[in-house]
Amino acid sequence: MSRPPEPPVFAAPWEAQTFALVVSLHDAGLFTWGEWAEALGAASRGGERPADYALWLEAIEGLLAARGLTSAAALAERRAAFARAAAATPHGQPITLANDPGA
Amino acid sequence: MAQDHHHDHDHDHDHRHGSELSPMELRVRALESVLVEKGYVDPAALDTLIETYETKVGPHNGARVVARAWVDPGFRSRLLADGSAAMRELDVGGRGGEHMVVVENTPEEHNLVVCTLCSCYPWPVLGLPPVWYKSPPYRSRAVIEPRGVLAEFGTVLPETTRIRVWDSTAELRYMVLPMRPPGTEGLDEASLADLVTRDAMIGTGLPLAPDQVVRS
Repeated sequence: MSRPPEPPVFAAPWEAQTFALVVSLHDAGLFTWGEWAEALGAASRGGERPADYALWLEAIEGLLAARGLTSAAALAERRAAFARAAAATPHGQPITLANDPGA
Repeated sequence: MAQDHHHDHDHDHDHRHGSELSPMELRVRALESVLVEKGYVDPAALDTLIETYETKVGPHNGARVVARAWVDPGFRSRLLADGSAAMRELDVGGRGGEHMVVVENTPEEHNLVVCTLCSCYPWPVLGLPPVWYKSPPYRSRAVIEPRGVLAEFGTVLPETTRIRVWDSTAELRYMVLPMRPPGTEGLDEASLADLVTRDAMIGTGLPLAPDQVVRS
């Protein structure tokens, strides 16, 4: 198939962001939709977990790590940096890594 | 549908001292930022994709609220007096802590809401925030020259209409109650709700005319 399945409605902005990331990485040629379906299947442990966007996120992180394009450690470090940046960002202003006091 | 969602829980962050991202927001941001840095994704391409799908958000619950206010003067009064309480009558909103304030457009006054930069944007009510809303120039320009910003969205108001700009805070989120469009006297509440766009509830747009509604 050449396109991903139609997305269900998004329940929150981060879900739309996750969907866009996966489609964008596919469009960049990093994986085929067949490979994506395999990654989703593996992350769901054979359908044990529902295929929601939390699963999409886990699957894409796993797929990228498996190809050596990023690592769990790098992502964890980046999350911590954003958490620090958010805490240091006045309400209503864009949260960017430039605001990370630990950088 | 989204009311009991696992999403951002905390609405009590103090806007004087900082912002907060939910665990899922942090996770997506971290991934995106690493991928952008490595050149695997282009932020502009992501925004374009999201714009394509931004209508695919759960029901724009706010549209139901607006339509009810148009047909039921009692509800309208309660909505303007206490937005959160009136919305609960329709099972809209529902997450604790936040307080929705509804501001009403009139021929004399048009309202425009800014600030959707963090979890304060009331997406269960309004749907996904528009991508352009994230841009710092929009926010500052909306305050300085709201009429010019509105014109860029194709919303041209009479010179005699004042424009008030509302900046959400950690405690207060705003929704605009637009004016009911002319020529809608015969429409029922559900058809009226179809006229209410997200942009009309933010104040960057006006409700659709009945002949602008595309039935899917």
